[in-house]
Amino acid sequence: MLKEKKISIVIFPGSNCDRDLFVALEKCLGTKPEFIWHNCSHIKSTDMILIPGGFSFGDYLRAGIIATKSPAIREVIRFSKKGVPIIGICNGFQILIECGLLEGALIKNSNQLFKCEKVNLKVINNKTIFTKNYKLSEIISLPIAHSQGNYFIKPDKLKKIEDNDQIIFKYSSDFGDVTEKYNPNGSVNNIAGISNKKKNVIGLMPHPERAIENFHNGIDGIKFFKNLKDLI
Amino acid sequence: MKKEITKKILKDHNINSEEYNMILAIMGREPNLLELGIFSVMWSEHCSYKSTKKWLKTLPTTGKKVVCGPGENAGIIDIDDNDAIVFKMESHNHPSFIEPYQGAATGVGGIMRDVFTMGARPIANLNSLRFGDPKHEKTKNLLRGVVKGIGDYGNCVGIPTVGGECFFHENYNNNILVNAMSVGLVKKNKIFYSTAKGIGNPIIYVGSKTGRDGIHGATMASAEFSDESENQRPQVQVGDPFIEKLLLESCLELMNEDVIVAIQDMGAAGLTSSSFEMASKGNCGVKLLLDKVPCRETEMTPYEMMLSETQERMLMIIKPEKKKITYDIFQKWGLDAVEIGKLTDSGKMELFYNNKLVGALPIKPLADLSPEYDRPSIKPKKRKNYLKKKSNSKINLEKVLKKILSGPNHSSKSWIFNQYDSSVMGDTIFSSEMADAAVIRIHKTNKAISVTSDCNPIYCKSDPRRGAEIAVAESWRNLISTGAEPVAITDNLNFGNPEKKEIMYEIKESISGIKKACIELDYPVVSGNVSLYNETNGKSIFPTPVIGGVGLIKKLKYATGFKMDDDSYIYLIGKTKGHLESSLFYEHLKIFGGSPPKVDFKEEKKNGNFVKFLAQKTELLIGCHDISEGGIALALAELCIANKKGIEITLKKNNPEKFLFGEDQSRYLLIINKKKEFESLAKKNNIENERIGFVTGAFLNFKNLFSISVDALLKLNSSWFKGFIK
Repeated sequence: MLKEKKISIVIFPGSNCDRDLFVALEKCLGTKPEFIWHNCSHIKSTDMILIPGGFSFGDYLRAGIIATKSPAIREVIRFSKKGVPIIGICNGFQILIECGLLEGALIKNSNQLFKCEKVNLKVINNKTIFTKNYKLSEIISLPIAHSQGNYFIKPDKLKKIEDNDQIIFKYSSDFGDVTEKYNPNGSVNNIAGISNKKKNVIGLMPHPERAIENFHNGIDGIKFFKNLKDLI
Repeated sequence: MKKEITKKILKDHNINSEEYNMILAIMGREPNLLELGIFSVMWSEHCSYKSTKKWLKTLPTTGKKVVCGPGENAGIIDIDDNDAIVFKMESHNHPSFIEPYQGAATGVGGIMRDVFTMGARPIANLNSLRFGDPKHEKTKNLLRGVVKGIGDYGNCVGIPTVGGECFFHENYNNNILVNAMSVGLVKKNKIFYSTAKGIGNPIIYVGSKTGRDGIHGATMASAEFSDESENQRPQVQVGDPFIEKLLLESCLELMNEDVIVAIQDMGAAGLTSSSFEMASKGNCGVKLLLDKVPCRETEMTPYEMMLSETQERMLMIIKPEKKKITYDIFQKWGLDAVEIGKLTDSGKMELFYNNKLVGALPIKPLADLSPEYDRPSIKPKKRKNYLKKKSNSKINLEKVLKKILSGPNHSSKSWIFNQYDSSVMGDTIFSSEMADAAVIRIHKTNKAISVTSDCNPIYCKSDPRRGAEIAVAESWRNLISTGAEPVAITDNLNFGNPEKKEIMYEIKESISGIKKACIELDYPVVSGNVSLYNETNGKSIFPTPVIGGVGLIKKLKYATGFKMDDDSYIYLIGKTKGHLESSLFYEHLKIFGGSPPKVDFKEEKKNGNFVKFLAQKTELLIGCHDISEGGIALALAELCIANKKGIEITLKKNNPEKFLFGEDQSRYLLIINKKKEFESLAKKNNIENERIGFVTGAFLNFKNLFSISVDALLKLNSSWFKGFIK
């Protein structure tokens, strides 16, 4: 008998997009993910891990940093080394950066304010396991809602991640112009999502789980999750 | 016993001599300072509603859909299928003026706790804000602080902020209004109430440790401001949305178990009012061991513990055999949960500290004999009528519309709104920028609720009774426009000093207006809050009775927003007489005064029911927008802006300013593409209607009068906040 594949969502005190992510995965993939509480020190098995948005530990000190002290993060790192796909959305992206699985930093938005709006993203790398069903430069539209999504990375490191095709999504216009005008938070080169070197870990600030219903402001999140089908 | 209560102490506690005599009678002796402190908060205007109780009792509070009316933490309505909606609005005006960020944040926190105390998960927040003149030196910082405070709190807890109002007027220069509303969803058979039961049951304290913050906050909110009020900053509480989130999740988790007998959040007057009210409702006594209260600071006195308004705390009575599971759940969430006392049959509140009885108060008399005033009122002398005729030919209508659109009160509020997470929880169908009310799906169902907050203080100042009627009617209309069945309201009554006769008159008149409209529209009041003493140096705010309305959309397909399809028709329904007194149009021409428009409730119901019928029983309605301030002209401009599409309007009438800017009530603009079917239905239902134009091109074009491009409208509408905030 074929073993059913397992998707895990790690929850921290203060996570608040866990339910939305659960609903999206259930709707788009037809499987029920399992929730892993942050103090779980041993995940027996999993085929994919997602870290949802929210304000883990109140985002005190710096968004995402306290969460890196949770036992479950050691497990996330362990599975990442095995090549298990890992996705961090919003606060999840911040956590993946703080725990060292992704490079760079997410600092306060350039206008210092929380920003909730719909943005366009341009697919920069469609060769990863997460994005292979997108066309190169395809434009997708998703909501953002964050105050610390301003991606920063030093120029030398930026070059490295660029050369290694680790930039996955950039903020753009509907027609794909990647310019300052379409940069919602001040991110370097409009970067909205990146991967690790091995491309099995990605983080992005926008929320695909909030673009899956006909009444949502767009449904491009459905494709994002359906793309994961091959991974499980 | 030594005499420790001096006149100064009484004054500091806002207790007058009449009230003090009552206290002596109830106690049969002189109270000590701790006991006096407890009386002072329990009998403060904020907690006791002493100036308004008599009038609030006259409001209609029952109805087929009402599960729980006023008197609990929040009101509850039935929305079918064992689902119920818990909601309430509450003010945090005084603290927000003194410390805008924390004041507003804790306002949001407090109202959400009122909702989840009853077992409901909050699903939407709204806020109704009034600031002073933008030119006033404080306005910009107050705006920034309040908006950030609301955003940071709600965003962190993960509850979408979906709508609200923001209004600027010099009248609020030194008394801003921050009214926060929260709406939650609960299973009807899983509602938790605050009536304490079971002698001997343990009293559990949960949440943040008690600090010295907010001591006497309720008393502060029950007095006028003076120039020194900012020295009251230490009385403003500090919020921690992270703890709120933990409290929310842990309480809801515990509520799934059969553990809690009664629960109430520690809001205004903290431990005092929560324990007192629970015991009073259940006719029991309480014994509290204050040594057990988790404290943030050292050497806190019983007085401080009882009066602290530290945020994010709950008090619950649980079944004695369920202590372990209670502690386990709160420990999982990292929260303090401590047994601090027991219910008794003494009928008293007995407070122990270091094994010594430090205070004892009879509960029932204190609650029953709390003051209730019938304060004298007087109709203010008719203000000089500022109305003066201007010759029509001189008025440039285009200029007026542009001025309205680009002014602070009708500019796009996206600078504010984008700071609020409106899409978390994934159920937001319309935020209030895309429809007359915000529409939220009930999770995993095919139904939704519609929520709105409304009040036009200019109308209320001119005629408090009519202004209040309009506020209720407009809220009803806004819900109707979204395809909802209006169900019930919460009211947040903001006024000046009730000890002044003219203010008391405004209060009584406003409540009468609310009462009339609620009865006419079968739209009861299920919860509410009163904020008085919104005065500084003797100058009062405009009467501002804010109405928060909730309606039910039985099927998602009924939900209607501002949508316009190309080439569809614009119909105006309702009678247009061209009422300009108290209107936005006159305000922009610097003509003040006069009466607000009259609401004809027969007409209101007829038109509203027709719109509801269109939304629910036909496929004819594409979009809908009610007509309020700024009349047809502003409503049309808003439709163009929301859709980025043009409209062409043919004016048949003389007096275009009356037609375009009149603020007659009970009217809607409907977007319809099947002309014949619609017109025959309107005729059949005897609805006054007129096809005034259609959707086309890239201009808002009033034929033969003036025309503004949609691009220009968008630009005008989005410029004010950018310029103001920079």
